[in-house]
Amino acid sequence: MSIDTDTARRVAHLARIAVKEEDLPDLAKELSGILSFMEQLNEVDVEGVEPMTSVTPMRLKRRADGVTDGDMQVKILSNAPDAREGFFAVPKVVE
Amino acid sequence: MTLSKLTIAAARDALRKGDMTATDLTEACLKEAGDAKALNAFVHDTPEQAREQAKAADARLARGDAPAMCGIPLGIKDLFCTKSVGSQAASNILSGFRPEYESTVTQNLWDAGAVMLGKLNMDEFAMGSSNETSAYGNVVNPWRRAGDDTPLTPGGSSGGSSAAVAADLCLAATGTDTGGSIRQPAAFTGIVGLKPTYGRCSRWGVVAFASSLDQAGPMTKTVRDAAIMLEAMAGYDPKDSTSAEIPVPDFEAMLTGDIRGSKIGIPREYRMDGMPGEIETLWARGAEMLRDAGAEIVDISLPHTKYALPAYYVIAPAEASSNLARYDGVRYGHRAKLAQGDGIVQMYEKTRAEGFGPEVQRRVMIGTYVLSAGFYDAYYNRARKVRALIKKDFDDVFATGVDAILTPATPSAAFGLGEMAEADPVQMYLNDVFTVTVNLAGLPGISVPAGQDDRGLPLGLQLIGRPWEEGALLNTADVLERAAGFVSKPGKWW
Repeated sequence: MSIDTDTARRVAHLARIAVKEEDLPDLAKELSGILSFMEQLNEVDVEGVEPMTSVTPMRLKRRADGVTDGDMQVKILSNAPDAREGFFAVPKVVE
Repeated sequence: MTLSKLTIAAARDALRKGDMTATDLTEACLKEAGDAKALNAFVHDTPEQAREQAKAADARLARGDAPAMCGIPLGIKDLFCTKSVGSQAASNILSGFRPEYESTVTQNLWDAGAVMLGKLNMDEFAMGSSNETSAYGNVVNPWRRAGDDTPLTPGGSSGGSSAAVAADLCLAATGTDTGGSIRQPAAFTGIVGLKPTYGRCSRWGVVAFASSLDQAGPMTKTVRDAAIMLEAMAGYDPKDSTSAEIPVPDFEAMLTGDIRGSKIGIPREYRMDGMPGEIETLWARGAEMLRDAGAEIVDISLPHTKYALPAYYVIAPAEASSNLARYDGVRYGHRAKLAQGDGIVQMYEKTRAEGFGPEVQRRVMIGTYVLSAGFYDAYYNRARKVRALIKKDFDDVFATGVDAILTPATPSAAFGLGEMAEADPVQMYLNDVFTVTVNLAGLPGISVPAGQDDRGLPLGLQLIGRPWEEGALLNTADVLERAAGFVSKPGKWW
């Protein structure tokens, strides 16, 4: 499966990474190279094999659905690039 | 001798006897680390914290209440969140990030009395095999080829950790291993690196790369030290739902030196075309050493080995693309300067383009692609099925009574920094060919220095163990380490 420039543009947008128009052909080539390496997986007979979901055969822990933490607004905002009046601030989202 | 050259075991004994103080030991390490800027291993220094922790350790030692790690100076990989200390996974996207919390593994170490010297360089988000993707710049391997000044890679992604331990800047370091990131750098620098069973060490507070593969582990000067340090790092943590609620044994007590009757498998699929002769020789010698120690050597087959690397390079980027979605310029780290009229999508896209380096961008995009509608089954689900088959290969072998598997750790000795710059990304990925199966199957694996190539560079062998049997694995590794008798150190040029 080879990736063309349009697909590369779409993938970059889905990944929310700005890629300059002139860099798209090289990116497409690079991604195609990696994907062709992955094509080897098509040689394997996976008929009837369940996809692995858990590394060790264990049931994930359950706990009561209760509040165990909180009241740390200052700590949570301490690393924000832009925080105002106790909130994270971002550019206008709704027109 | 500089105190920083001590092993954990020797330092522990000397501290308990009162032959030196934790403060002496810490000062010696701070000096060595300060003099070794040319290696670029330490990227955030924490001398004040180190001195305070050393003082507290001395008080604890005086009270006679000192666990094995008490007063032991460590380097911590930058992937671990450490409270109030820069923790940025060697990425510009986390520049300036100072966590408000401490990772469970590092907290366990501080509770055991260990001392933090500073944070160690690595590949950005642990994605790399040469420490050349770091926002802090390359780490330089303390080892050089005989009669040649070419700077070499310390391996990756835990390259700052491997360089710092090999150069005796600290007694040991933490590493993390998603596809070989502890074992490959350990092999490139002549030290010991252990990746525990998935779930043995908590992942809480460790910046996530690929959550079903990531595991923290010790990088040390000896196998005994790995046993001591793992015990302090490991343990059940309710904050990591995949951490295992099983007891942590006294791993050091399991180093009996007796491996008589144990069965060691040699997997035929690990004999790769074009593998250097010296790696093949080292591997055969390692098998002989274990046979001489009373183990039975058997040929085994792990038929899906060839597909481990392509499966890994689907699964790891897929998980990474999801984990790294959180770096959006809103809650922490870098935010791009915006142009007039830019909205939130431009903010995300510019921030991530500026903050992530090329290799991270590449993997996030590959991961996005294999998870996207129409390709999810063809790539991601197929890779997860192949992963199940790879795990079954190991299950089948262990079911025949094999206790451990011996393989080379890496397909070559350390290569030159920049040597792979023109190569295809897939060429770099081949570094993980012997290590990546272990992560896919969630098994413990250890790299032990076992010899040198014809230019004097260290070479490692890998032992793979049964799940949760790190104790038996360490015992076999200890026997191999002693039989190999690797004692060389890099000549100091830095």
